[in-house]
Amino acid sequence: MNGPTAAPGTCPVDPALAAPASRGGQRLALLGMPNAGKSTFFNRLAGATAQVGNWPGITVDLGRATVTLNGRPVEVVDLPGVYDLRGRAADEQVVRDFLQTQPVDLAIAILNATQLERHLRLLLQLKALGLPLLALLNMADEAQRLGIAINTEALAAQLGVPVCLFSAKYGGGYFDAYLAIAQQLAAAPTAAAIPDLEARLAAAGAIDSAQVTAALAASVSAPPTLEHKLTQRLDALLLHPLLGLPLFFLGLFATFWLIWQVGLPAQGWVDDLAGWLQTRVLEPLLTFLPPWGQSLVLEGVWSGVATVASFVPLIVVFFMALAVLEDSGYLARSAYLMDAWMARLGLDGRSFVMQILGFGCNVPALMGTRTLRSPALRRLTMLTIPFTLCSARLQVFVFIIAAVFPNGNGALVLFSLYLLSFLATFLTAALFQSAFPNDEPFILELPPYRRPTWGRVLLRGWGEVREFLRRTWRFILLGCVGLWALTHLPVGATGLDTLGGRLGLGLQPLMRPLGIDPYLTLALLFGFLAKEVTIGSLAAIYGLGVGGASQQVAATVTLAQGYSFCIFCLLYTPCLTTLATLWQEAQSWRFTLLSLVLSLVLAWLGSFLFYQTVLAWG
Amino acid sequence: MNLADLALETTAVVSRVQTDYCGEALVQRLEALGISPEREVRVLRKAWFGGPLHVRVGATTEVALRRQEAQHILVTPLEAVVATGLEG
Repeated sequence: MNGPTAAPGTCPVDPALAAPASRGGQRLALLGMPNAGKSTFFNRLAGATAQVGNWPGITVDLGRATVTLNGRPVEVVDLPGVYDLRGRAADEQVVRDFLQTQPVDLAIAILNATQLERHLRLLLQLKALGLPLLALLNMADEAQRLGIAINTEALAAQLGVPVCLFSAKYGGGYFDAYLAIAQQLAAAPTAAAIPDLEARLAAAGAIDSAQVTAALAASVSAPPTLEHKLTQRLDALLLHPLLGLPLFFLGLFATFWLIWQVGLPAQGWVDDLAGWLQTRVLEPLLTFLPPWGQSLVLEGVWSGVATVASFVPLIVVFFMALAVLEDSGYLARSAYLMDAWMARLGLDGRSFVMQILGFGCNVPALMGTRTLRSPALRRLTMLTIPFTLCSARLQVFVFIIAAVFPNGNGALVLFSLYLLSFLATFLTAALFQSAFPNDEPFILELPPYRRPTWGRVLLRGWGEVREFLRRTWRFILLGCVGLWALTHLPVGATGLDTLGGRLGLGLQPLMRPLGIDPYLTLALLFGFLAKEVTIGSLAAIYGLGVGGASQQVAATVTLAQGYSFCIFCLLYTPCLTTLATLWQEAQSWRFTLLSLVLSLVLAWLGSFLFYQTVLAWG
Repeated sequence: MNLADLALETTAVVSRVQTDYCGEALVQRLEALGISPEREVRVLRKAWFGGPLHVRVGATTEVALRRQEAQHILVTPLEAVVATGLEG
């Protein structure tokens, strides 16, 4: 591997970039094609300091970190992976916008050393922009295994760009790459944005394939056939036309099982901890407050804190599982396996994975749609996920079914609700696929299978939880306090005398045709906070314990009314946290409102059609 | 002949990508994944029920693409290229 100073002066210096800029520290931008290992490198460079940041004029959040290089703080920005700077995909626009508006002191191009023929094209485009550039050839370990030998000095000389070979995943050659970055940065001219980026790209014209071929001929030797033998053997089984799908469902089931067995019980532990803190610490501390004040803090603010906290273990487990799926290369293959079915709905196989995982919990599933790079595809998937029957709704159904269907048909009733959930998901996709047309061609890279590393998997779980907490806590806290006001004011009122109860009564013209009485309407209002609250709230509304509430429901709610309530519960907005996540992920009030209204309309229509049909048939 | 018609495990050379379907966007994306004139491609498998194709491009890149897109990639099987080369 060549030293960092092997090609002094080969770093292209464009006088136009030397314009003075009034700003503090320097900035590094990471660029590369998808699957080049850019984010792995970013995580290695940034470690736990990696965060998400936004910049004026840039529509999406990007990875951001501050590292110390040459004794000075340097900002590192992880730009989205792009295939072609001229491309029309959303990510490609983000990269252009960023380079046009934000000064970059050094652009680091991360290239896959085993696919240089393709990746060098992007490097040549970046070079044409006149950016100070350093090329890091990643996956040195894989290249070596395949028998590819790369003379980095010859390649640097051919390209006029300093080149380093290293492995972001295992760290081989990383120190030299780090030194090279520091030295290039020290020598970099004052940075400036490139407002005329489009003009420079146009002036550069088409990428010169002959230059790529010549550069490779002078620096790379590879055996005549390159084979990822393990990948071939695994694909023969996992992508088998007949066995592929059953194996996919088996894998999905295993993932689901993990979330169910580890994530959901952990949610219960956090709930228990919050309850313990409430009775042992908060309640004794708050005795100086009037009863309504205690209620506001405990049932409003604290319940919000507990709600947010209860999602933490679930999100960690979910994203660790997703990191394994993604880093191993299997997630891309799920798109291949399910495409024949999902394409008809305007979705792809990765949407299906998120939908299935939504049956555990909608919140991380919505966050997981970030793996879908096309904005339209992502939004359509996000619109469908809230209709998946999550574990919290399951608790409500089990309670209602036990109370209203005492004749042993419970399993069948529950199964019908799962079917309805699938139906609502597909119906939504079918209805809205023309509103969110996915105009990016479906050409998906299938990277070789790779072993996920513990570091990456843990970092992903932790990073996602931190983002979730940072983004949603205000919204959830506000919602909890608002719902507290609805269900506890005026002071001293209970049940139907509260604002919410009056709202429940006022909504009767709308809810009576569904067979849902004011008590159940109030329970639905509570359920907006979180579905698992619904049962407890029924107990409070009736002024009875949970057992008493079950008897009360059995006595006052008919079979048809109970099922109608279940339908409504299944289809209307799952919970405040889901809504908060939807809003944060989509970054759009309009889209969040669309999802909210759609779910309410579908819930009302579903319950109405069912209940009125049953009434008509006697 | 287009890529969708190519038999499994047969290496072919790309002759042209038609621009009448998705325009330059498709051509650019395919180029970036290595599907451009004179490059070798090989269909490894086809998903059932009209699903996508699993294609190896060059030596180390593998992609999944829908038949719809594959129909706009014109190819010549390698044997045919070799044969015409010999005759010429």
